[in-house]
Parts: sequence; C-alpha cells; structure tokens
Amino acid sequence: METIDNVRDVISLALILLGGLLAVAAGVGILRFPDVLSRMHAATKPQNLGLFSILIAVGLQHPTPAVITSLVLVVGFQVLTSPVAAHMVGRAAYRAKAFPKDQLMVDELAERIEAIEARERDSSDRGGAEAEADAGADRAAQRAAEDEADRIS
Amino acid sequence: MDIVILIAGVLLSIAAACAVWRIIKGPTVLDRVVATDMLLGTLMCGLGVEMVVNAHTETLPVLIVLVLFSVLGSVSVSRFIATSGGKGDR
Repeated sequence: METIDNVRDVISLALILLGGLLAVAAGVGILRFPDVLSRMHAATKPQNLGLFSILIAVGLQHPTPAVITSLVLVVGFQVLTSPVAAHMVGRAAYRAKAFPKDQLMVDELAERIEAIEARERDSSDRGGAEAEADAGADRAAQRAAEDEADRIS
Repeated sequence: MDIVILIAGVLLSIAAACAVWRIIKGPTVLDRVVATDMLLGTLMCGLGVEMVVNAHTETLPVLIVLVLFSVLGSVSVSRFIATSGGKGDR
C-alpha cells in the first residue's frame, strides 16, 4: 500500500511539473509570437494540455467517483468551449486584418467574400427596364447572396 | 515533494506574468482577449496544483464555473469588435 501511494505521488508530481512547463511554454509563446493568430496558437494548446495533466494529477490524488466526475466535466467543457472561443477570436482577427496577409498559404475566406461581392455588383449594376423586368430574379439572387454571406460569417 | 511544488509554482507564476505583460502591452484588443484567456487557464492550473498540495477538493466547483464562463468573455468581446462594413457582418 505504501509503495502504491508513493508511485501515485511521484506520477502526480511529474504531471504537475509537466503542466507548469506547458504553462511557461504558452507564456513564452504569447510574449514572442508576432500576431494575434500565432499568439492564439501559442496560448491555447499548451495551456489546455497543461491544465489536463494537472487535473489528472488531482484525480490521481483523490480517486473517488465524485471527483472524477467533476474533473471529466471540467475537461469536457474545456474541450467543447475553447474551439468556439478560438473560432470567434480568429474570425474577428481576420475581419480586423490583425495579421500579415502575405504570410497566409491558403485564404479560402477571401475567395468566397470576393465571389459574393462580385455577384452583388452584378445584380446592382443592371439598370432601367431590364432591371425592372427581372427585379424578382434580382431579389432572389440578392437573397441568396445574403444567405451565403450569413453562412460563411 | 516540496521542491517540485515550488518549481511548479514558479513556472505558473512566470506564465501568469507573461500573460499580464501581454494584456498590458498587447497592441490590439484581440491580443488582450487571448492573453486574458491564457491568464484564466493559468489560474485554473494553479487551483489544481493547490488542490493536490493541500489534499482537498473544495475548489472543484470553482473550476467547473470558471471553465463554463471563460468562453463568454472572449466570444462576446470578439463579437463586438468594430470591423463593420465587411460582407457578412451584422
């Protein structure tokens, strides 16, 4: 029994140390990286892994059903909510152009925004009787474009 | 045991200090949001370490509440950052 306790303590201490190291990695990343998107990358991933390892250490020290359930809840909510937050922050960063655009390898959102804008220009450029003739079609196209814009935003 | 806990405390303090520095200095609001998230994560790590050190589980509900509400801050701030005029913005 004594040795099992010792092994458990050593493992929890190692996990705590790992969590601290990962937290420092996140801190260094958030200080040294140049723009919002890379700082997001640095801040979230080691942070979450470090948090999970420290929570595993807590679970090793108190292996009762109530504690394990709470820890699973914490981990589950963290995994569920942090992608939502990261998505919103990343989108806001894209809109605010808070990053060097020429460093992007792939920029799918720009292509789609361009396509939508071109379509809207098309439908608003036509004038006179012709526009009145197919105003209904225009309205439908406009609505489709707006739906598209909503969908990608 | 004691020395490992001390090291862990120092490491977490360094991480928190980095986050605070980024909150103070960060050129945009989004940098500050990301750093605030990170500070909260470091705080949760600290709560977990404290639970292991003092052999209790009384701060587990605090952890659950923190993890549930941490997302609200960053989502609401990035929702209201003024970038109006782009297609698809409302």
